[in-house]
Amino acid sequence: MIPAGFEYHRPTDTASAISILQEHGDDARVIAGGHSLIPMMKLRMADLAHVIDLQDIQEMKGIEIGADSVTLGAMVTQHELITHDGLAAAVPIIREAALQIADPQVRYMGTVGGNVANGDPGNDMPGLMQCLDASFELVGPDGTRTVAARDFYEAAYFTAREDEEILTRIMIPVPAAETGQAYEKQKRKIGDYATAAAAVMVGGGSASVAMTNLADTPVWSEEASAALAGGDVEGCVAAMLDAIDPVADNRGPVEFKKHVAAVMLRRAIARAMSRAG
Amino acid sequence: MSKMHVKLNVNGREVEGLAEPRMLLIHFLRENLRITGPHIGCETSHCGACTVDIDGKSVKSCTVFVAQANGAEVTTVEGLVNDDGSLGVIQEMFREHHGLQCGFCTPGMITRAHRLLQENPTPTEEEVRFGMAGNLCRCTGYQNIVKAIMASADMLNAQKEAAE
Repeated sequence: MIPAGFEYHRPTDTASAISILQEHGDDARVIAGGHSLIPMMKLRMADLAHVIDLQDIQEMKGIEIGADSVTLGAMVTQHELITHDGLAAAVPIIREAALQIADPQVRYMGTVGGNVANGDPGNDMPGLMQCLDASFELVGPDGTRTVAARDFYEAAYFTAREDEEILTRIMIPVPAAETGQAYEKQKRKIGDYATAAAAVMVGGGSASVAMTNLADTPVWSEEASAALAGGDVEGCVAAMLDAIDPVADNRGPVEFKKHVAAVMLRRAIARAMSRAG
Repeated sequence: MSKMHVKLNVNGREVEGLAEPRMLLIHFLRENLRITGPHIGCETSHCGACTVDIDGKSVKSCTVFVAQANGAEVTTVEGLVNDDGSLGVIQEMFREHHGLQCGFCTPGMITRAHRLLQENPTPTEEEVRFGMAGNLCRCTGYQNIVKAIMASADMLNAQKEAAE
């Protein structure tokens, strides 16, 4: 389990990281916590001549809680998400979801930026960010742009991020006070990706529903969200089952995944509703 | 690929060495520094036998390049002994409560338990089980591991009170 050799870079600002990316093109990749990339490198499924470690870039760290929006630096770890009380008060579903990712050791290293930028359909944060209607800040050689989480995912491991861009921050609108939120995840064991997971926000006449690991991208459904906003739980579940497109794998056949998806979604809806004020 | 100069503080001691950036921290600890407490179990970040403490975080050292750890403070199970070389509290409680059988997972268990109790000195049994979920043991069924950690919490808190 020894990865191929590479040159190691540890820049201290975003601009330097981007210039290293520009210089080496496809041969270079950034590393955040490394808990998705290093396993891929050990399996030699990722072969990179240059690894750019983002750990010393201060501008990608920190959690800012504003009245209307929360900003997460891309290098904020899952552990930091879990232990930040201000964040738990503003957007409680983030802690609830982060606690269900991997295991304690992985959560100390794994970052929210890595989780959303990687484009792995198994990751929990992309679906959650679509539910929350978050947007991602991308910085590249031509400047900074913002892409909505709901527009970011194109296919498994393919996103709107260009090769020479780095996802630096995540902006999340703070949900209204009366909103109930819940994240439900079925997994085979600690550390596993979801068989199915559901992120639900509901209350005050609006709703948002997204699911994870049931297609090659996260699935946010406008129709399912609208149904739930109108109080139609069965319509919401039916619309979501129509929107997902699971494939059979070692987590089970398609019928089973659809069954688990419906169970997770119903549980998340019930819990979110019980929390709505 | 050229080697890089790395400098770490391991168990309170400054160490330096040359290593390829791709070298995993677990291999650097075991092969270059001969610190063989942390074990290589699965080498795929599942089992937790390689757990060390890096700058106050429990980390699986099979999934960290030595280059990433350059400049960090690392604690392994060897660093958790008392100043006189006798077993530290958590180590002693694992012995007393039979928190191990074959012992392979034990260094990772103890190093993780150390950080867990630093962050939460009075955990419930449920919190211990949740906090230890990244460490696998194939012998004990976990019962005595949990018992040892609960006893460690009591012992550490009693020591803290006595010192105040």
